[in-house]
Amino acid sequence: MSEGRILPVIHHVGAVLKARGLPVTRLRAWHALLPLWLILAGATAHAASDPEAPGVLSILLRWSPLLLRGFVFNIIISLLSMLLGTILGLWLGLALVSQHSAIRAPALAATEFFRNAPWLVLLFFVTFMLPFQVEIGHFTIPFPGWIKAVLGLALAIMANVAEIVRGAVQSIHPGQWEASEALGFTRSQQMWRIILPQCIKRMIPPWMNLYAIVTMSTTLASIIGVNEVVTLAGQVQAAEGGRTDLLAPIYGYVLLLFFIYSYPISVWTRRLERKYATR
Amino acid sequence: MNGFASFFQHLAASGIDLPYLYDSFDAARFWHGLLLTIELSVVTIAASTLIGIIGAWMQASRVAVARGIANVYVEMFRNTPPLVQIYFFYFGMSTLLPTVQNAYGQHLPLLGGFAWAALSLSLYAGSFSVEIFRSGIEAIPNATSEAAESLGFTRIKAYQHIILPLAIRICLPALTNNLVNLIKTTTLAYAIAVPELLYVSGQIWSDRGNVPEMMVTLLVIYLVLVGILVAFMRGLERALKKPGLGT
Amino acid sequence: MPRGDDQPTGWTPDQPIVHIQDLHKAFGEVEVLKGVSLDVAKGEVICIIGPSGSGKSTLIRCVNALTPFQSGTVTLMGIDVGDPNLDKLRLRKHVGMVFQQYNLFPHRTALQNVMMAPLYVLKRPKAEVEAQAYALLKKVRLEGREHAYPGEMSGGQQQRVAIARSLAMQPDVMLFDEVTAALDPETVKEVLVTIRELAQEGMTCLLVTHEMGFAREVANHIYFTDRGVIVEHGPPDQFFRNPSDPRTRAFLNQVL
Repeated sequence: MSEGRILPVIHHVGAVLKARGLPVTRLRAWHALLPLWLILAGATAHAASDPEAPGVLSILLRWSPLLLRGFVFNIIISLLSMLLGTILGLWLGLALVSQHSAIRAPALAATEFFRNAPWLVLLFFVTFMLPFQVEIGHFTIPFPGWIKAVLGLALAIMANVAEIVRGAVQSIHPGQWEASEALGFTRSQQMWRIILPQCIKRMIPPWMNLYAIVTMSTTLASIIGVNEVVTLAGQVQAAEGGRTDLLAPIYGYVLLLFFIYSYPISVWTRRLERKYATR
Repeated sequence: MNGFASFFQHLAASGIDLPYLYDSFDAARFWHGLLLTIELSVVTIAASTLIGIIGAWMQASRVAVARGIANVYVEMFRNTPPLVQIYFFYFGMSTLLPTVQNAYGQHLPLLGGFAWAALSLSLYAGSFSVEIFRSGIEAIPNATSEAAESLGFTRIKAYQHIILPLAIRICLPALTNNLVNLIKTTTLAYAIAVPELLYVSGQIWSDRGNVPEMMVTLLVIYLVLVGILVAFMRGLERALKKPGLGT
Repeated sequence: MPRGDDQPTGWTPDQPIVHIQDLHKAFGEVEVLKGVSLDVAKGEVICIIGPSGSGKSTLIRCVNALTPFQSGTVTLMGIDVGDPNLDKLRLRKHVGMVFQQYNLFPHRTALQNVMMAPLYVLKRPKAEVEAQAYALLKKVRLEGREHAYPGEMSGGQQQRVAIARSLAMQPDVMLFDEVTAALDPETVKEVLVTIRELAQEGMTCLLVTHEMGFAREVANHIYFTDRGVIVEHGPPDQFFRNPSDPRTRAFLNQVL
């Protein structure tokens, strides 16, 4: 092999991912701690348990398909509520920076109200206040628990997105407002053609941080009876005879699932933060 | 029953039922729940702030193991759901701890629900605090720490007298946000039957069926608690303000 | 009446194009302009100089209605700027402003910056606006840089784009608020050359500036403000060689 020549036959996976703008998760030594942690929890449970009962890892493997399906449900809830909440939040955010106090004041009240409410309380609120089903004419539309969870989370997301929008708009240099006003732009033209396009970049990192929190919060749906991964974890433990020593490994497994989904997103978010900050 | 209580009892008859204002049993458990929420908030705020300071110090350490531990801790607790963390600690870890015997010879777990909730939430909020303090410390120009070093300050003394005071002033707004979230997150203790505000409210509304009133009460109380915290933090900001320093 | 509609105001070119009389402006408790009067004839170049806080920037911001004022009269080509029902677009078709911080729109190229206002505000046809934009950028000597973003340009280049952007509205009066104060000394000259050419072509210019040499060379009239009043004014020769007021002399001693 001649010195320094790189044969372009097989590209390093990391380089390909990077070229496409996808996050590259490099395995570092300390990442090994994570599965070790799980194994440790499992081993402890095993040591404390009946030596004739099947091993913890085999139990987890057996129930993996079910737990993974439950986890996918959590993801779906997070994506739907994020979509709904963002759309609502954009409009609420515009109302927050409106020049008319008749629009701004109620928007401020709504934002403060939903931002300061604990998300679990909002979920209970939506659960109890919305009916089981809605009857429109001849049609009965059922309102299953997970839709209520989506709505409850969307309310919280709406208020947070509104804050993000407000923060971004207020962070735009006042010179932009002055220059565009001096050129004769109306308020609406200023907003849509000059200010908001500049806001988008600044809104993305806090918005992605919000998504990370939303993903974690989908577990709250288990408390209002939705059949997502945490509920399923409890059911798995019950199915295995209610062994208390299984609880650490099973919940550890759920923690691992969330970690694997959430950590790359958080790395990507931080990269975007750095990229937009240096521009 | 005094006039105050009888007024609210009449109000209940006409549709707005606030039992914690006229019924002594409900009042007692409601206010105890509120007290427990406040207690949980205060303990977790204090503990997570301490963890944040220590963790930020470790992240800036020259010892690679210290940095590693701090980073792993932060990544693990930030990227996993706090509810599952609580379950993991309360249901999972408590079985590993030794039990204590009470006077009747019963085996009780060493730590109760409140303690596990406090521990779990402190660790969760602490991981965010570490990041916040770290960004505060990083915002301090290198020139400042070099000046401290050349004056003979050891790393710990420089941290204590120069770096930390400056960092706290810089990251106070982000810290306020984090602590507001912490107060809201104390509601997760509901899941392990800690009788904090949400839990006792749930008991009241399942006894009496007055869900909307309890909901509004809850939302108002949390609004007030958050308001008090924010006012306190703003006061702290003002008290710490030095002329010419800051945003 | 549609926005920006130009009705005749009765103004004729022999009258002052900008007329300010007894202008008072306070920010809360602090009075910044304490009765300022000045007239600018069409085609004149006037420079306003003075120490910081004397109200110079506030003064020209009142001329194009960026800052409201409490009392006094300001008219531009007969339009009453102090009118609470002022049609601001109509005013701003006649007066353009260039700022110290350039304030270019960073998410658009130089060409787009120059095109945006005539296109979206005046609703002129795109081909015409584009041709004008190219011509203006050539005029400020930025030919070839039309598709660069503000972030890729030096301060002097950005300021020249800002001048071209204001000229795109085809104003009758141009206001310059300390436009070279934020620039490196090397780039100051290129901007001043642009402004001088503008003045020589007959544009009415009001400049707030620290550049005494430039003021002496280009201005028809210099005004010196201090603490919210016009202390002294006159043609540059007389003003710089023989200032009558001791405050003027003290200021000139400091800066020259």
